[in-house]
Amino acid sequence: MSVLINKDTRVIVQGITGRDGSFHAAKMKEYGTQVVGGTSPGKGGQNVDGIPVFNTVKEAVEATGANTSIIFVPAPFAKDAMMEAADAGVKLIVCITEGIPVMDAVVAHQFIRMKGANLIGPNCPGLISPDLSMVGIMPTNIFKKGHTGIISRSGTLTYEVVQNLTSAGIGQSTAIGVGGDPVVGLYFEDMLQLFQDDPDTDSIVIIGEIGGDAEERAAEFIKEKVSKPVVAFIDGREAPPGKQMGHAGAIITTGAGTAAEKIAAFKAAGVPVAMETCEIPVLLKEKMNQK
Amino acid sequence: MKVHEYQAKQFFANYGVPVDHCILCRSAAEAVEAYKKLGVDTVVVKAQVHTGGRGKAGGVKLAHNADEVEKYANQILGMTIKGFVVDRILVTEAAHIASEYYVSILVDRKIKQPIIMMSREGGMEIEQVAKVSPEKIVRVPIDPIVGLPDYLARDAAYNLFDDIKLVRQCAAVLQKLYKLFVEKDASLVEINPLVLTKEGTLLAVDAKMTFDNNSLFRHPDVLELNEPTPEEKVEQDAKSKGFSYVNLGGDIGCMVNGAGLAMATMDMIKLYGGSPANFLDIGGSSNPQKIVEAMKLLTSDKHVKVVLINIFGGITRCDDVAKGLIEAFQEIKTDMPIVIRLTGTNETEGREILKGTHFHVAHTMSEAGKMAVELSK
Repeated sequence: MSVLINKDTRVIVQGITGRDGSFHAAKMKEYGTQVVGGTSPGKGGQNVDGIPVFNTVKEAVEATGANTSIIFVPAPFAKDAMMEAADAGVKLIVCITEGIPVMDAVVAHQFIRMKGANLIGPNCPGLISPDLSMVGIMPTNIFKKGHTGIISRSGTLTYEVVQNLTSAGIGQSTAIGVGGDPVVGLYFEDMLQLFQDDPDTDSIVIIGEIGGDAEERAAEFIKEKVSKPVVAFIDGREAPPGKQMGHAGAIITTGAGTAAEKIAAFKAAGVPVAMETCEIPVLLKEKMNQK
Repeated sequence: MKVHEYQAKQFFANYGVPVDHCILCRSAAEAVEAYKKLGVDTVVVKAQVHTGGRGKAGGVKLAHNADEVEKYANQILGMTIKGFVVDRILVTEAAHIASEYYVSILVDRKIKQPIIMMSREGGMEIEQVAKVSPEKIVRVPIDPIVGLPDYLARDAAYNLFDDIKLVRQCAAVLQKLYKLFVEKDASLVEINPLVLTKEGTLLAVDAKMTFDNNSLFRHPDVLELNEPTPEEKVEQDAKSKGFSYVNLGGDIGCMVNGAGLAMATMDMIKLYGGSPANFLDIGGSSNPQKIVEAMKLLTSDKHVKVVLINIFGGITRCDDVAKGLIEAFQEIKTDMPIVIRLTGTNETEGREILKGTHFHVAHTMSEAGKMAVELSK
């Protein structure tokens, strides 16, 4: 098994007629993801790469039975797109769009929670359960089906880590980029719980970075509730305070959110922390052998 | 994005949050004029800079007559506070303070909602209060869909006041402040201190606002107040070209696709005993023009001795990136050593294309890091 998405996941692409939307819709379909439809207001009735386009998410869901949506619409309209998906009964909403105002994410997230759905992102690369489904913008060729769950706040860094794992013979059950913004949907603790409960996941890699205190809370959570081996990596050890490091959420504010604090928290919870990405497979194998 | 106290007070006033009478001045003569205009005995002369700790630095003075106003204005104008030169001062009517409180609104990343932070310990640095006596800070979450109706605002206000008249006054301040926070996409609104005057009214004696950079596209009135430091200017110019750039002061220039990988690259350089010159995320695509622009940015930093290019070819194929690099460097023409690490889709083909060029080609991130550090010595 895998978490959140599998071969039965039925996806619609919001913003499918745009450059990114159409490109990644085709990539997902090529990988074997069931991309059953797309939306673009005013362009209903058309099709993109054989995928039917609808005017509204409601129509798309009714016609296709979609349970998941992926959003590529530009930042000023992304809040509306997220809320539209939740209102139409979509249960998993993956928002790729970068640069969304924080309060837009706050409102959309609260609405999605009210509707009993889950949000991933915004500002994320999506997720993949290798050989089953990919809902995102990830380069699928580096992934390998296996039993390690990956949780990350980053995009290309996740690929770097996955490539290291795959070449060391360590496959993945599901890999998820939770997003680089200060406010995003599913986060470390949610994902740790899902992986802990997933019979097909035997170990977890968690890739954190500076800003906020989610890593500290994750470390606490691991100590109490996660019995599977976990290895961590913390990005941004050399980041100066007060500077936003690309991701809107990667900023050290008045002494809080430093890499040192996060590394210390993981170590205190018995989670080994890699100093560079190529160390992750080594530490993971060591940790697995201890078990 | 930061704004000055006087600008924040203008936003406060526009939304009906009570602020003290104040006049912005750019010279000592203007300050004396302002003093006469305010028509009160005692005023406060305050430096207007984008940093905290103004009081400690001597940038806030109480003046009791025109001579003192002139003297302090002359002292403060031109003063440097944490690297910021003071070119503006605010002359404000000194409030008759009965007691001081702390109020702010911001988004709590953990609960993913706005919160009101309140404390009866006003006038002190809130970080200090949080460290020494965290129990004195109250956090009230706001459901963004419900907002702050009267009963919730009153509920929150009871944390600061016991008398219903003051509770009502404070509740109104909180509601107006929240409206301002939401409508202007602030990332922080802060009143420290919120003063209860001897006359029995509430007054924002200081005002601080910062704004969410992602929302500036819909707030031209806020964007107009943007006053970047020279360092921020470079970062903002980079941003307009689709880059994220932060200068770090070292000698190994970095060009990476993706913010996470860019941070990991600078951390690795340090791990190997080198010194990263910058953080630079050039974003998803790696077309030649983007690489040319990025190289211009890196070489404008005179400390850079070596450039390390670390590209993960995910959707963008490595052979395309390699072709782009060769094309870009025909235009750039530099004799600076360039280390290139390409990995991901079609990496073998990509590296084949770079063979025989003057680039130092690395296979792994560690190898690239070691090469760059070696070349920088």
